[in-house]
Order: sequence, then structure tokens, then C-alpha cells
Amino acid sequence: MSYIPHTEADTRQMLAAIGVPSIDALFDAVPASHRFPALDLPPPMSEMQAASEMLAISEANDHGGDFAIFRGAGAYHHFIPSVVNHILLRGEFYTAYTPYQPEISQGTLQATYEYQSMMCALTGMDAANASHYDGATSLAEAVTVALEASRHRRKKVILSHAIHPQYREVVRTYHQGRDIRIIGDRGRGEIVDLIEMLDDNTAMIAVQYPNFFGQIDDLSTLATAAHQVGALLVIVANPMALSLFKSPGELGADIAVGEAQPLGVPLGFGGPYLGYFATRKKHVRRIAGRIIGETQDADGKRAYVMTLRPREQDIKRERASSNICTNQGLMALAASIYLALMGKNGLRRVGELNYHKAHYAAERIDRLDGYSVDKSKAFFNEFTVACPRPIADINAALLEAGILGGYDLGQHYFHLQNHMLLCVTEMNSKEEIDRLADTLAGLA
Amino acid sequence: MATEELQPLIYDLGSPGRIGVNLPECDVPAASLPAELLRESLPLPEVGEVQVVRHFVKLSKLNYSIDQGLYPLGSCTMKYNPKINEDAARLPGFAQLHPLTDEDGCQGALYLMRELQTWLGEISGFKAVSLSPAAGAQGEFAGILMIRQYHLDRGDAQRDVILVPDSAHGTNPATVTMAGLNAHELPADSQGNVDLQALRAACEGDLRERIAGMMITVPSTLGLFESTILEVIDAVHAAGGLMYMDGANMNALMGVVKPGALGFDVMHYNLHKTFSTPHGGGGPGSGAVGVNARLAPYLPGPIVEIVEEEEGEEPPLYGFVMPEKSIGRLKAFHGNFGMHLRAYAYIRVYGDSGIRDVTRYAVLNANYLRARLMATYHLPYPRYCGHEFVLEGHIEGADAVHALDISKRLMDYGFHPPTNYFPLIVPEALLIEPTETEVKEDLDAFVAAMEAIAAEALREPETLLNAPHTAPVRRLDEVKAAKELVLCCAPALPR
Repeated sequence: MSYIPHTEADTRQMLAAIGVPSIDALFDAVPASHRFPALDLPPPMSEMQAASEMLAISEANDHGGDFAIFRGAGAYHHFIPSVVNHILLRGEFYTAYTPYQPEISQGTLQATYEYQSMMCALTGMDAANASHYDGATSLAEAVTVALEASRHRRKKVILSHAIHPQYREVVRTYHQGRDIRIIGDRGRGEIVDLIEMLDDNTAMIAVQYPNFFGQIDDLSTLATAAHQVGALLVIVANPMALSLFKSPGELGADIAVGEAQPLGVPLGFGGPYLGYFATRKKHVRRIAGRIIGETQDADGKRAYVMTLRPREQDIKRERASSNICTNQGLMALAASIYLALMGKNGLRRVGELNYHKAHYAAERIDRLDGYSVDKSKAFFNEFTVACPRPIADINAALLEAGILGGYDLGQHYFHLQNHMLLCVTEMNSKEEIDRLADTLAGLA
Repeated sequence: MATEELQPLIYDLGSPGRIGVNLPECDVPAASLPAELLRESLPLPEVGEVQVVRHFVKLSKLNYSIDQGLYPLGSCTMKYNPKINEDAARLPGFAQLHPLTDEDGCQGALYLMRELQTWLGEISGFKAVSLSPAAGAQGEFAGILMIRQYHLDRGDAQRDVILVPDSAHGTNPATVTMAGLNAHELPADSQGNVDLQALRAACEGDLRERIAGMMITVPSTLGLFESTILEVIDAVHAAGGLMYMDGANMNALMGVVKPGALGFDVMHYNLHKTFSTPHGGGGPGSGAVGVNARLAPYLPGPIVEIVEEEEGEEPPLYGFVMPEKSIGRLKAFHGNFGMHLRAYAYIRVYGDSGIRDVTRYAVLNANYLRARLMATYHLPYPRYCGHEFVLEGHIEGADAVHALDISKRLMDYGFHPPTNYFPLIVPEALLIEPTETEVKEDLDAFVAAMEAIAAEALREPETLLNAPHTAPVRRLDEVKAAKELVLCCAPALPR
């Protein structure tokens, strides 16, 4: 077996050094009645066979290589420059462990520090951590920070219903063992309604930006309202939208979290993705997870190290506020490379391409008989369309035309039966958009 | 003091107007942008493509990695990450597959997940497996939430205590707190096993009615298989508690013993340890959980099941299902699928006859190092070890030298240090885990380095105290980092 390099001679010599007759003799502490059970697994395979099986399985999927993707809803099909993958494939990065030994991990440490810095730039915050598992768990961790900030005196958490439904499920999973109340996500979800729910028992209020329906809500009064009652404002922001739109920092957020998958991480059937978490100086010591800080070595050379370590589970154990250990380090590196390549000029261009293409698509579809686009608020690259037929039927017909259609909103929002959430990115050519609109027209 | 730098920051490389990527022209008419909603500035770097490539290549060279050499980091299972798995992950059918694709359109991915669930269940003797958790710590969290909910459903709301050995990973007690329960620590006995007397005292004393379960790592974080494991499991079960196995050390168990058969109720796997998915400099991981029949309805979802049996020529239809009493969703979508497919390819290549060899050779390598090194370093538990073992990083006659100094000096010899100061119950712990993929010559070179360092400790301790000498940087000022908290180098935005 190629991954186990031992020759028979190696094994013999090693057993002699240990002083045992066989490898199996090393397992004498395992109860004999349970030792060496049969394993019902398929037989081994060569690398050639494995490669062809993986290809065959992958091709039993409707993927972006064969279909035009107009689906977002928390996972976005964006262009990833070739450089990102080439750097990620450097073994020095992907086969390294967490940088607990900073002297031989400066590559990971500096790249992560740069990731933190660029996420601060995008969000308008002072500090970001090295990542959480995904956007949903970042939000769940933000709830913990808010509860800690109120020293667990405040028991109410307001989540807008226009936050990704799965994110709200994850918050409930994370906090099922706590005595808190999570509200706000059953109503109309307008910002004014959410403001009315604020009181002095509220630890935090969270909104999504753009919201799950793709819209940019007017958040100009939200921060003041939250802060008046002493609650924290958490904005769940799509970092790609922050290429154009005001940052959570400018909107007065105390914490910005979200899914940074759009920044150089492929769709990959939902993971691994990249939860980002950024906040104000004031809350830095409450952030869970790893944080990289600048320092110097014994010769005064600038260097980077994991800092504020005493917050973490391996030191604080049962008094830690989160158990997070392994994070999404390599995905943070992907985002770091992506943001460095795009930079100030490129990211804005990508944002504009998304905006213009989505608006072109919305205009075309809104003009079709039987379809109506919700244009009540500004939007970025996603928008809601009322359709003349069940979304499942429409999507089945779109697949025939080589298109992965929109997300069926009726699955989660009862009042939005026959509504789809369409996403248009820089990956969608005018030809694809026209084909989408023409196919929809034929289904009215 | 003038600050010298290894590599400039990306922000220091830019020049206004530079861009690192070619983007297409817009092929649709421009729409008007809502001025009042737009940001004024976007303080990102402005760097060219070649600069970006060189920047990250230079940074990469400052790292140590498995691809460069032995990485004997105990409890982390730093085995070789097969390259074919990286190729597979980049196939468009996986990389460009939207997570909300309708089930008909992702049967390949669902088939793969279902097979992996089945294989993981078979390897560990569990009835059902969920691939949802994103990392080991999230798998632990899922397991403890399941135990909590199980007791609540039985009207046992007073069961709020989880027993945790003092040798446990920090994630164990932290997990218990996160789930709203209380951790109760148990000591180890002189053999490194859980102290049975202390365990029985807890299970039969005042805590009896409050015991929700126990979390235990097998083999323990000392690398030792608990020879009394069946008694431990019986004692906790007799008190009405459930048994959680931390699967961080599963590399010592595959094909050797099935935790489910021993009586464990739930465990997590670290696909990024046992099943070779790369650590990526800190993540991503994948922390699947396996359970027996009584906890199966509580698994985090979604899991993959056959929703329509095969019929004649028609293959079965796979679909996502939320278990009946699920503790809920742990992350958006369905877990770190990219790690699932790598683990799938890994198990597929080894197959039924090979998986047991992974463990056999991992344990052989660890015992070989143990046998060779115990002449030079104190071995606190003189037994056969599992896939790892702990030494005391203390040299008789060189009192100034600590485990940390030995670790740093190993870097000069071209090795990554072992895990140090863990487990907490061994003074100056050096936890060494070579894994099965290391060749004997490299193990011998590691032994030689450790012996040379022990000799240096007596002859020239300053060499160790000031190590490393050949790494990109010398020891860092961690106090300064925590005090000054420089966490961001981006220009500030207007508020």
C-alpha cells in the first residue's frame, strides 16, 4: 500500500526493537472478546480505479460545468482566479497544522493576519478572527458574544425573518441548552417591526444584508434604536455586496458576521465554507476562535502569533465561551488570496458586474407575462420573482434548457408559494440570462 | 529597535490602480446604482497578479508541513494527505455543485455521503452516522446535545453532569458548558486509566441521579488504551448515563476494536485526522458523529438515506432526511462535503484489508519510537502505547531545560515538535504521534535528533534555551502581542 511505506524487513527490525513477536501483540490491552472484528468494507482499489470512480460519481451531479447556475440563497457561483487554486495546492499551506509553533508557521500566520485585515477593511470593523465554520455558525457565535456582553442578564435575541432560514435553525441548535428567547423571525420582518421588539432585556438584534430575499433594507435607524436600549446590532452581510454597499461598520453594527464563500471558495456542495466574524475593539476579548496578532521575535524581527490564547478551550476548558478549535483556515487563505488579487479595483468591478447583470435579468423577467419581480427595495445580485406556476415545475423545465433555476421560497416561507429567489453573478453571460428569460416566457 | 520583516504585508506591496486579475467587460446595459446606499471607500490592496503569486509563495516557504517531513504532533494525526484526494475535490462535478441542487441533480454526491456514513458506521460499530459536524469540536457538541435531549425526553431533566477525565482535550469540558451542562472532572490512576474508584464514587454517590453521561478519549490522550474500559462503560450505564467517545484517537482503533461494540452510545470521528483530509493550517475539519440505535433519532441533520428503493434497472433514490427527534442543524447545508469526498476516496483505496493496516502500522511506528526513546527520556507510563505516547521533556542534570526548549530545538534538526504541555496531567509532556505513513529511516532520524538534543541539554543548555536558531524567526514575544493587540493592518474606514 503506497501510503504505508514499511517493507517486511522494516517491520521485523522495528518489532525486534520493541521486543514483541508481532504487530498484533501490541494490542493486548484491548478486551480479547472485542479485538480484531471483521470489517465489512469494499475491497481495496488502485489509484487509477479510485480516480475513475470519483470522476464517475462527480458526473452523476448537475454541476456548474454543464448548467448555467441562477441559484444563490447562501451559496454563490463566482469566478475564482486560477492563482487561488495554485496557491492553495502548495503543500506548505494545506498540509500544515494550526500554527501553534509560530517559528515555523509564519506563512499561515501572516496570511491569516492579512485575511483578518482585509475582512476589517470590507466590514468596517476593528478586528476579525481567523474564521468560524460558516456564516450560520458565525451568527450563532455572535449570539454568545452578545449574551456575554450583557453578562447573561439579557435573555432576548431578535433575529429578523429575512435572515437565511438555515442560519436561524443553527442559532436555535447552538443555544438550545440556554435559558433565552429567540424571537422576531415569525413576523413580517420589516425593520420598523424589529425595532418595536427591542427592549432592555434584548441582548442583540440581527439582520441580514442584503436580506435573504436579496434586498438592501434601510438600516439607517437600526443601530441607534438598538444602542438606545443597550442591545448589540449584528449584521449578517454578504461580503461580495460590500464591494459596493455601505459597510456594517458605517451602519453602526457592533458585530459583522457572514459567509465569505463568495470570496474565492467554490460551491462545493455546501462546504467547506468560511464563516467570518468581525467586531469593534470593545468586544475583541469576547471573540471566540483564533486571532492572529503582530509581535516581534527575540531579534526584533516582525512576526505573527496566535494571541489572546487564554480565551480558548484548551486553556480555559469548561470556562471557555465556545469549544471551537479547528476552524476553516485554508478557506481563509483562499479569501486572502482572492481579495489580494481583486483588490480595491477588481472587487468593485465584480460587484458592479453582479449588480448590472442581476438588474438586467430582473428587468427582462419583470416584463414577462405572469412574472413579477419585487422591486420595492434596492437589491444586489439576488431578487424575488412571483411566478405563474409552482417553482418545482419551472425548475424542471429550466433544467431541460441547461439552467439551474431559482430557489423555491415557498419551502420556508408559507406566504411565498410560487416565488423564486434568483441569483445572477458575473458568471452568467447575457446569453444565459436571455435563455433564462426566454425559457421562463415559454412557461407562463 | 528597528523592525526587520520576513515578507512585506500585502498592503505594503500595492500601488494605486494596480489589479491582480483580468475581468470581463460588462455585456449587459449598466443599471443605475443607488448612490445613497453605496460605500465611499474600499480600502483593499492594489497589487498585480505576479506580485500576489510571489507574495504567497514566499509566505508558504515560511511554513513547516507534512509534505516536508515528519510532523509528530500528538493527538493531531498528521499523516500524509493523498494527492489524488485533492484532484478529486476539484472535479467540476463536486467543486461546482450547488448545495441546494434538487435531489435528482445531486445523486452522485448523495450516494457518496451515504456510502461514507455506512463505512464509518461499520468501522466503529454504530448504527447511524451524520456527516453534518464541521469539526471535531462540533461533533462533540452534537453528541452532548443528543445525550441531553435523550434524558429530557425521558423526563430526566435533572441529569446535568458529564464526567470528564482530567486528561481530556479542552474541547470536552468546553463542549459540556456550551450545551448547558456541567463538567465533573475525574482523575487518572497510576497506569493512566480513569481512576475506577473515583468513577464509582461519582456514579454511586450524590451525583448518581445527575449523571447524564461521560466523555472519554480512547485510547486516552496519553496514548494508552484503557484496560478497564468495559468497567468504565458499565459503571456509567448503571448510573443511567450515556457514554461519549472522543474519536480523536481513532487512528489507534480501526479494525482493532469497534467502539459501538464496546458499549459506547455516541462518538465523533475526525476525518481530518484518521481519514487523511488535510488540516489546511488550522482547518477545515470534519467531525462526523456515529450513534447506536437509542440515539439515532437525535442525530444532527440532514443525513442521507435511501428515499426510494431500487427497482429493476432503476437505481435507488438518495435524499436528505431530518432524523425524527433531531437536535437540529449545526451549520448551513450539509457539512464539509469536500472533506467527505476525500475521506471516501481514502477508505476506498485502503478497502477492507487495508484500513486495519492503517492502525496496525500507526501503532507499530509509535511503539518503535517509544522503545527507542525511553532510554533517553523518561516514559511515565511504561506500557505498549497506541498510536501515540507521552514522554517527559526533562533531562536529568539539565534543570533549566524544559519541554518547550526541546521542542524548539527540534526545529533546528528539521522536525516539527511533538505536542507539548498536553495532556496536562504529565509534567513537561511531549506527546509524540508519528502516524503510519512515516518511513523507518525518518523515524530513526527523529530518534537521533532527540538523542542529540538530550546530549546538548547537558553540554550546552543555552543552545536549547535560545532555540530555534535556523527557523525563519526566533522565539516570539507573546506578551507584546496580547498587550498591544495589533490585529489589523488595513487603513481605517470613515465611521
